[in-house]
Amino acid sequence: MENSLPADYYRLLEELQAVDFVLVELTLYLDTHPNDTASINQFNHYARERKKLKKAIESQYGPMQQYGNSYSGTPWDWNKGPWPWQV
Amino acid sequence: MWIYEKKLQYPVRVSTCNPRIAKFLIEQYGGADGELAAALRYLNQRYSIPDKVIGLLTDIGTEEFAHLEMIATMVVKLTKDATPQQMRDAGLDAHYANHDSALFYHNAAGVPWTASYIQAKGDPIADLYEDIAAEEKARATYQWLIDMSDDPDLNDGLRFLREREIIHSMRFREAVEILKEERDRKTVF
Ligand SMILES: [Fe+2]
Repeated sequence: MENSLPADYYRLLEELQAVDFVLVELTLYLDTHPNDTASINQFNHYARERKKLKKAIESQYGPMQQYGNSYSGTPWDWNKGPWPWQV
Repeated sequence: MWIYEKKLQYPVRVSTCNPRIAKFLIEQYGGADGELAAALRYLNQRYSIPDKVIGLLTDIGTEEFAHLEMIATMVVKLTKDATPQQMRDAGLDAHYANHDSALFYHNAAGVPWTASYIQAKGDPIADLYEDIAAEEKARATYQWLIDMSDDPDLNDGLRFLREREIIHSMRFREAVEILKEERDRKTVF
């Protein structure tokens, strides 16, 4: 599976990882600073960004999540690699 | 309920096959101050901690599982091209005898993970101080690992993980203050 993925996959993945880093940071920060409105606005902005990025990745490379949090292709494509430690 | 996402929290790259450093990294997989211990400690403490910090314990505990997966990925990448002789030279022969190339929850010296590494005291301040100490110990371990590694790609990932421990420690300190404030308010009125 390794090396069979185009550069575009890695670019999109890193973009998502960057946006998600902001979201993880803001999540922990807001857990202890729940009244910081500016940070909440920033959080909601990046939450929308991650939705778009997830959609862009999934439309080309298959579902990122399952249990119904992503759509499936036919045949069932969730158990198709590569898994994160294989790329 | 937890939802898995098919991606690492941060990209993991290694420059060369290096089973010797992989052996050391296992400390953060199944060691006393490793990511498994962290995740299980925080998630278990949630059931008795005051409501105000349940969210924080949930979110940090969940992030620790993402770190556990990063460590596993580092170990896989550092060992996947190693010859049996390289594994032996790196001191991984004892591991191989028991687990072949499987990962296992033990520390760098091969001692299996045990629940006695973690505590849940039912006292929120005691629990949070343990969490702060755990983060500082994990941060120190990452520093020792970085000091022993001369792989710039690996060190990039290890530095990310070290920085996360600093943030977690900071957030737990803030949680202590939140609980102290709440406690003081209760005694005043
Ligand atoms: Fe941590």
